[in-house]
Amino acid sequence: MSADAVAPALARKDFVSDQDVRWCPGCGDYSILANVQKVMPELGVLRENVVFVSGIGCSSRFPYYMNTYGFHTIHGRAPSFATGIKASRPELSVWVVTGDGDGLSIGGNHLLHTIRRNVDLQILLFNNRIYGLTKGQYSPTSRLGAKSKSTPTGSLDHPIDPLSFALGAGATFVARTVDVDAKHLQEILHRAHAHKGTAFVEILQNCPVYNDNEWGEIEDRATRAEAALVLEHGKPLVFGPKGARRGIRIERGIPSIVSLGDDEDAVAKGVVVHDERYETPAYAFALASLQRPAFPLPVGVFRAVEKPSYDAQLASAVDEAIAKRGPGDLAALLQSGDTWTVGS
Amino acid sequence: MSSKHVEEVDRVAIRFSGDSGDGMQLTGTKFTETTALAGNDLSTFPDFPAEIRAPAGTLAGVSGFQVHFASSDIRTPADAPDVLVALNPAALRANVGDLRPKGMLIVNSDAFVERNLKLAGYDADPLPPLRDRFQLIEVPLTRLNREALKDLNISQREADRSKNFFALGLMYWLYHRDTKPTLEWIDAKFSGDVREANRRVLLAGHAYGETAEIFPTSYVVPAAKIEPGRYRNITGNQALAWGIVAAGVQMNRPIFLGAYPITPASDILHELARYRHFGVKTFQAEDEIAAIGAAVGASYAGQLGICTTSGPGFVLKQEALNLAVMVELPLVVVDVQRAGPSTGMPTKVEQGDLLLALYGRNSDSPVVVLAPATPGDCFTIMLEAFRLAVKYMTPVVVLSDGFLANSAEPWRIPEVASLPRTEVKYAPPGAGPYKPYLRDPETLARSWAIPGTPGLEHRVGGLEKEDESGNISYSPTNHEKMVRLRAEKVARAVQDVPALEPFGASKGDLLVIGWGSTHGAITTAVDEARNAGLDVASIHLRHLNPLPANLPDVLSRFRRFLVPELNLGHLSLLLRGRYLVDAKSLTKVQGQPFKVSEIRAAIEAVLRGEDPMQTAAKETRS
Repeated sequence: MSADAVAPALARKDFVSDQDVRWCPGCGDYSILANVQKVMPELGVLRENVVFVSGIGCSSRFPYYMNTYGFHTIHGRAPSFATGIKASRPELSVWVVTGDGDGLSIGGNHLLHTIRRNVDLQILLFNNRIYGLTKGQYSPTSRLGAKSKSTPTGSLDHPIDPLSFALGAGATFVARTVDVDAKHLQEILHRAHAHKGTAFVEILQNCPVYNDNEWGEIEDRATRAEAALVLEHGKPLVFGPKGARRGIRIERGIPSIVSLGDDEDAVAKGVVVHDERYETPAYAFALASLQRPAFPLPVGVFRAVEKPSYDAQLASAVDEAIAKRGPGDLAALLQSGDTWTVGS
Repeated sequence: MSSKHVEEVDRVAIRFSGDSGDGMQLTGTKFTETTALAGNDLSTFPDFPAEIRAPAGTLAGVSGFQVHFASSDIRTPADAPDVLVALNPAALRANVGDLRPKGMLIVNSDAFVERNLKLAGYDADPLPPLRDRFQLIEVPLTRLNREALKDLNISQREADRSKNFFALGLMYWLYHRDTKPTLEWIDAKFSGDVREANRRVLLAGHAYGETAEIFPTSYVVPAAKIEPGRYRNITGNQALAWGIVAAGVQMNRPIFLGAYPITPASDILHELARYRHFGVKTFQAEDEIAAIGAAVGASYAGQLGICTTSGPGFVLKQEALNLAVMVELPLVVVDVQRAGPSTGMPTKVEQGDLLLALYGRNSDSPVVVLAPATPGDCFTIMLEAFRLAVKYMTPVVVLSDGFLANSAEPWRIPEVASLPRTEVKYAPPGAGPYKPYLRDPETLARSWAIPGTPGLEHRVGGLEKEDESGNISYSPTNHEKMVRLRAEKVARAVQDVPALEPFGASKGDLLVIGWGSTHGAITTAVDEARNAGLDVASIHLRHLNPLPANLPDVLSRFRRFLVPELNLGHLSLLLRGRYLVDAKSLTKVQGQPFKVSEIRAAIEAVLRGEDPMQTAAKETRS
């Protein structure tokens, strides 16, 4: 697989395109772009084998700024184009960049089915809970009551949680990270790339113009320990600053919070030990139900399980057909079945 | 063979009709295959409802299959059947109006019971008054069929299901057809008692014709004198699917089909799904949009991307098709048109998507548009479509329709060596910034730089781009330049469009202009009219965009123009707009192909200086 072939030593600058970046000052997208460009040379993939595909929206300008192959497609449909690229050329490393409106509103159907098929893509969904490029309408992830240009008295829509959606579609890899947390973001990108199958990553992203500070308590180091639950495989679900340490218990599928002393054994207190590899998505779904302000918001890898990918299965189906029937013979095909000869 | 009177005839059209659960399509197909093997020229018209099993015995559930076969060249399934086989009163009611006067009417008399008559909307037995108008032959088909199977261990319901093969056997006897190919097919397809039942009733039907004193005469249609070669039967959808496979082979590139199930295009997906050993990848998408999205993605990745659909799906594809126009990637979209608007009549023919294919996208969005003229032409046109798509780096739309899709004709199998080969060239690896919109000076096509090629990393998308560099650009003059360049590029494909050669005469009084599946009816009508001494010729457009370069010259050599179309006048609008000619429309939107007689009447009307539509309306009223 040439995508995994040894790449010549490249640096972050090799993945920076010659285009001027045109996001608003202070946009969370800058940090995400910088971290993706930083991670790319570490993945061991030839630059020419990398394809970034996007739909429409602020986040979807992403491919223009990557010095790789890039395809800026139409609103909501990026997963379809990416599926065609990956299914026809499985050796390519294909990344989809989408947003909460592009991916979960107009493109919800494609996201669902792409995840269901487990096409080997990395899907990065930038969630800022607002439509930015169209200047500030509420999105499918905006909170109930969210005031926006199109909801001056507050949104009547119940929001959808991107990770619950992905898990419901049968996602084999689901993670959440934060635009400004460089280390965590890079770690998740590495994990997503290593996963064979659809890797679905929600990136909490700030829109300073239309929905500033939506994720402030997670982005801000001062409040992060209180507001976020950092998931680590094999470690108990513990959060909170020193002196206010707490853990998550899940009984009959219902999560609750238990207080812990600073040195208390969390497991002994019934706190759940995080396991990404449960066959059932029920556990990850329970984690995805943890929302602010009642619970800390989990960040990290929720689920990582192995299932055959669509593209690999399709490629082997072609190989098997050729092995079984021999390579296609056009003349034999045209002559197959009932034929007759008309003499001269 | 029979000792009774045998008569030789030149041509016969038989229509098999019954409930959609009676197996009429299979019966018609088997008769067609056997007839093809007998060396006749033929043309078929399967006509069935969209419902898989409409309520039994009702008019809504009637399914028909007409096969026209001859010892000479024929191009249509015939206006009126000479023989109607009706397995129930509903089938009789739906079809008897089409049977030619004094034609042969074969009915299953067992089905003419009160309940079925009522379901068909008859108050009284319709058969007695028909005896004078037609050669009515009443066969107690259900009873005879059960009788033939009485010692088999199958239910009465199963026994009754095979009665279509009794009717088929009877028709084989009447037209001196060999039962052997069908018996062999039965042996391969079925096993056990079902195989035995089908074999028995086919032969019982044949024997009944021989022994019962109901047919005074049997008929022979001698083999047709057709061009020497190896032949097979082919439907439009099958030819189209094989044309796609052939394009992959001849261009030495993998085919990637994105498709979503839709009538009447699904058979193309089914057929292609069987050819993985040709490297063909088929992707059944979640919807019509994803189907074209995946196909464009495959094209972007350097494969031969294609999607197949029908009208309602083609509408959904327009936005992605427009992106393919903007990023200038090769792509083929097949629209097997059906009667609309909206869901319309899914199994019925119409040519209502021409203007959609040409102008159905936001802003100026030119694509190449082709239309096959016959079932066999569906094969040729797919090779042409892919060749043009790759040469000009453009989407190509192919407009087939529900009539071409399902109707069959004998097809001379081409030698693979005679098929065009097209070399596909990708942009070679390079150093320095790659310019994705640098163009070939002759074709104006950009180069095809595919992922995996070092040094060509670049970005494309739906935003307007700067000429050559491909960078996003909002410059007013650049935008105008690009809009005109995209139009000019598709216009230049005209150098690959063969010159038109009118059928009948190169100049004269009236030129009939058609496109798509109306070819057979138009050509036959023009042929008949010329034999009757009328000064008429025809052209048939396989290329709707760009139109052939010599079209203005051909038009200048005629005084009057008639454009028959199965829509409300798309091509005539185009011809009037583009060439300022007084093109008279003959339009029909009944979900049925043109009859030869309808076009013939319109030719005569135009030559008399009348409006062909008014003449047609008058004839309908009378």
